[in-house]
Amino acid sequence: MGITFRKETFRDDFTFRNSPEHIRRFPFPFHEDSYMYAVNIEPHVVGPKGSVLENLIDVDEHYVAEMQDRALVLAEDPLRCQSLPHMTLAGWDLLELLMEQQALGYPEHFTLTRDGDRWRWINRPLGIDDTFTFGDTSTLPYGPMEYITRQSQGDFCILDQRDGNLWMDAGMVTTQADWSLDFDIGMNFFEWHAPVPLAHEKGIFIRALKFLTNIQQGKPARRLNWTMTINPRLDTSPENYHKWGPDRTTVTPENVGDKVHLRVELQSFWRLPRSNGVVFPIRCYLIKMDELVTQPKWARRLHRVIRDLPEELATYKGLTRYRPTLVEWLSKLDDGSATSPGFGPD
Amino acid sequence: MAAKSIISRPVYGTLSPQAGKHHLFVADAEGALAIIGMAKNAPAGFFDGAEIVFIPGSDGKYVAALEALKPAQLHLAPSFPSLLPRLRQTLTNAHMGLRLYLSGTEGLIGQAMQVALEAGIDHTSMQTEHRGSLARRMQCVHCKGITENVTTQPASCSHCGLLLLVRDHYSRRLAAFQGVCINAEDRSEIPPMEEIFR
Amino acid sequence: MSTGTTKLDVVVSDVVPVNELVTRFHFRRRDGELLPTFSGGAHVVVEMRDGERTRLNPYSLMGSPLNTSEYTISVRRDDVGRGGSLFMHRSVKPGLEMVISYPVNLFSLDLRARKHLMLAGGIGITPFMAQTSQLAGSGGNFELHYTCRTASLGTYADVLQQRYDRRVRLYHDDLDERIDLDRLLSSQPLGTHLYVCGPAGMINWVRDRAAALGWPSETVHFEHFAAPQPGAPFDVTLAVTGKTIRVGSQQSLLEAIEAAGVDPPYLCRGGVCGQCETNVVSHDGKFIHNDHWLSEEDHRSGCKIMPCVSRFEGKSLVLER
Repeated sequence: MGITFRKETFRDDFTFRNSPEHIRRFPFPFHEDSYMYAVNIEPHVVGPKGSVLENLIDVDEHYVAEMQDRALVLAEDPLRCQSLPHMTLAGWDLLELLMEQQALGYPEHFTLTRDGDRWRWINRPLGIDDTFTFGDTSTLPYGPMEYITRQSQGDFCILDQRDGNLWMDAGMVTTQADWSLDFDIGMNFFEWHAPVPLAHEKGIFIRALKFLTNIQQGKPARRLNWTMTINPRLDTSPENYHKWGPDRTTVTPENVGDKVHLRVELQSFWRLPRSNGVVFPIRCYLIKMDELVTQPKWARRLHRVIRDLPEELATYKGLTRYRPTLVEWLSKLDDGSATSPGFGPD
Repeated sequence: MAAKSIISRPVYGTLSPQAGKHHLFVADAEGALAIIGMAKNAPAGFFDGAEIVFIPGSDGKYVAALEALKPAQLHLAPSFPSLLPRLRQTLTNAHMGLRLYLSGTEGLIGQAMQVALEAGIDHTSMQTEHRGSLARRMQCVHCKGITENVTTQPASCSHCGLLLLVRDHYSRRLAAFQGVCINAEDRSEIPPMEEIFR
Repeated sequence: MSTGTTKLDVVVSDVVPVNELVTRFHFRRRDGELLPTFSGGAHVVVEMRDGERTRLNPYSLMGSPLNTSEYTISVRRDDVGRGGSLFMHRSVKPGLEMVISYPVNLFSLDLRARKHLMLAGGIGITPFMAQTSQLAGSGGNFELHYTCRTASLGTYADVLQQRYDRRVRLYHDDLDERIDLDRLLSSQPLGTHLYVCGPAGMINWVRDRAAALGWPSETVHFEHFAAPQPGAPFDVTLAVTGKTIRVGSQQSLLEAIEAAGVDPPYLCRGGVCGQCETNVVSHDGKFIHNDHWLSEEDHRSGCKIMPCVSRFEGKSLVLER
C-alpha cells in the first residue's frame, strides 16, 4: 500500500491539489461559526484513522513535493535554517524524534535501525539510505536538525528553556506565515510573538508560556492556527513579501475558488529529552476554496467566520484586500442553515 | 523616551550601580549624562574599578565631566567601529563579576549589547539608559542590508532601494529594527515619508 | 488541562550500599524496554508503598544520560525524617516492583555557558553525576567542587576523581578544608554558569556571595528539594469539595489532600516546580512555608501555599481545592 506521492509545485505554475481523500482529512480549524484567539491547547494524542492525527507526525501525499520546494528555498536563502551553537544537542533530539515517529507511522516508506549509536536511516520516497553515528555531526551531510528537517514536512522551531522562558534558538522555517527566523532567532516567547495583535492584552501568551514550559517528556500537546494564502504558495516569508505580496491584488470574483487558500497550521509541542528543550513543529496544510466548499458545512461556516472576523485580525492575517470578494463568493454557498458542532464535515 | 509599543521593542531603564568587581561603561554623546547622573548614587570608590569607553561626538562635550568621576580608565573613541576591537578584547579577558552599563543612542546600546551577548553576558543583566537621538538601525528583511540612522517612516533601504515600513519589532542579535516593504502588494502606492525618529 | 508526568513500571534491579549513610538503587523497566532518555539534572518521583501509606519522593537521576537501560538514584538515610529514606533503605530489595515518574528536569544545564562551575555539598552530588557525564561526553568545560563531611562520606568522590582527575576538587569538613568561595567566584571567565546543590545553608551562602560579587541571577542555578517536614497535626477544609480533612503529623498537606481523593498536579513534591500551588480562601493562624517557589511577598500575603512541603498551625484553614 503506502502513500501515492503527488508530483506538484508550490510556485510558478502552482500545480498543488488535494485528492478527494485529502480534502476530507483536511484539519478544518473552526469548531463554531466564529473565531477569536484562545489558548486552544490540547494533548497531542493519536486521533481517528484517516485523519491528519492518525500519526503524531503526519506524512501525506504532498511529502515529496514539499521537500523539493524546501530544497529550492534553502538554495536561494540558506538563512532559513539556523541553529545557535548551543542547540546542536537539541538537533539530535529532534532527529531521533522525527526518525522514530516517521518509521513508526509509515514503515513502508521509512526504516530506522539502531545498534548502539550506530544508526541506519532509510527514506524510500526521497531515495536516502544513510548510516551514521548518533551524536557525531561529522557523520552526516548537514547538522542533525537540518538533515532531518530536509526530510520532514512542516517548519520546526527548537526552543531552549531557561529562566522560566522559551528562547527560539534554532529552526528550519521555509513554509512560514510571514515571519522571519533570521530576524527572530534568539528571541524569547513574548518577543517573537510581539507583532500578534490583541492576544497580549488577553493574557494569552502568559498562560500559553506557563503551559509550554511545563510540557513533559512523553506528553506532547497541540493547537491549530490558520491564515489565508493566495495561490498554494508554501514560502510566504517576509523575505519574499515583495515577490508574493502582489498576488493579493489578483483575486477576482471569477478566480476566488482557485486562488484563495485556507492555510492551517497544526502546531505541536514536544519536550526534548537530552537538551531539555522544546520542539515546536508547525505543519502547514493548504486547501483551495473550490476544494473546501465541496463540504457544504465548511463553506457555510467559513463564510460566517471570515465575514465576522475583527478588523485587527483580518489586517494581521493580510486578508484586507480580498476579504469583500471572498465573503461575497462564500455568501452564495451559505443558505443560513445551522452547522453541526465540531470540526469535521457532515 | 520612546512611546509605548510592542513587547519586542527594547525598553531602556536608568543606570544604577550594580554589585560587582569591575564596571565597564560604553556611552556616546549624551549617554555621558546617564553616567554622571548615576555617579550621584554610586558608593564611594565605585569608579576605582570602572572603565569608561566614550564616543564624545564632534564638540567634545562631557569629556571633562567624565574625567572628574576619576574612573580607573577613560578611553575616548571617535566612532563605534573604532572601539570594537578594544571592547571585544576587554570582554574576552574579563571575569565573572564584570558589570556592563550602556548609555546613549539606540544604535550604540544595541551594537554594544550585540558584542556583549556574543561574549556570554545575558541581556537582562546589562544596565541600559537611552539618551539622545531616536534614529534607528534598520535591517531590510528582504536583502538583509543594515541601514544606519533611519529617521523617517517609511524609509528607503540603502542597499536594495525598497521602500520599507520601519517596525518596532527589534532583534538584539542583529541590533536592528525590522524593515518590511510597505508597498509590496501594489508598488504604485507610495505613502508620504515623515521624519519621526529624531 | 492538568499537567504532570507519565508513570513508569519498573523493577529494582540492584541495591548497592555506598557508605554508612548512602545506598544506591537501580531500576529497569518491567517490560524489558529501554527507559526514556533524560538530561543531566533530571529527577524522578519514586512511589513508595509502605503498607497503607504511600510516599512520593523526588530523587535526582545519577547515571549517564547515555545509558537508558537502567536508572540509578542514591538515597541518604535520614533517621529523623518522615520515613521515606528509611523505607528505601530497609524495605526495598532487588526484584521489588515499583512505580516511578518520567524524568523531569528542573535543574538543567545552560548549554550556552562557556564554562560550568559546579558546587556540591553531601548528597547534593547526585545531579552532578549525570551532568558531568553529559558534559564529558560532549567535550563540555566544567569544574566540580565537592564538600563532604569526611572522606568515607564523600559519596562517589573516588569515582569522580578517577573519571575527571583535576576537574574535581574535594573539601573535607573533618580536615577543616573550606572552599575559598570569593576567590573561586572571582576567577571565573565571563560566560561561566554556576550550579549548586546541597544543604539549604550552603545554597544560600553560595547564592549570596555570587550576587555580592556581581554574578547575574541568570547565571546562578540551584536545586534544593525541600523534604516535607513533620509537624503538629492540623485540619483543613477543601472549598471545592467541601471536605474537611486532618493532616497527620508525619503526612504532608499534599498527601492528605490526595488521600481525600483530590489530585492537584505535581512534578517535584519538593517545593520547586510550582505545580501544586494552591490558593488560600481563608485562614486563622500561621503558615509554615518551606518552599522555594512562592515569593516572600506571596508568603507574607497568606493567599497561597505549596501543599507539598508547607504546613499550618492555627484555628482554621480553607483552601481552593
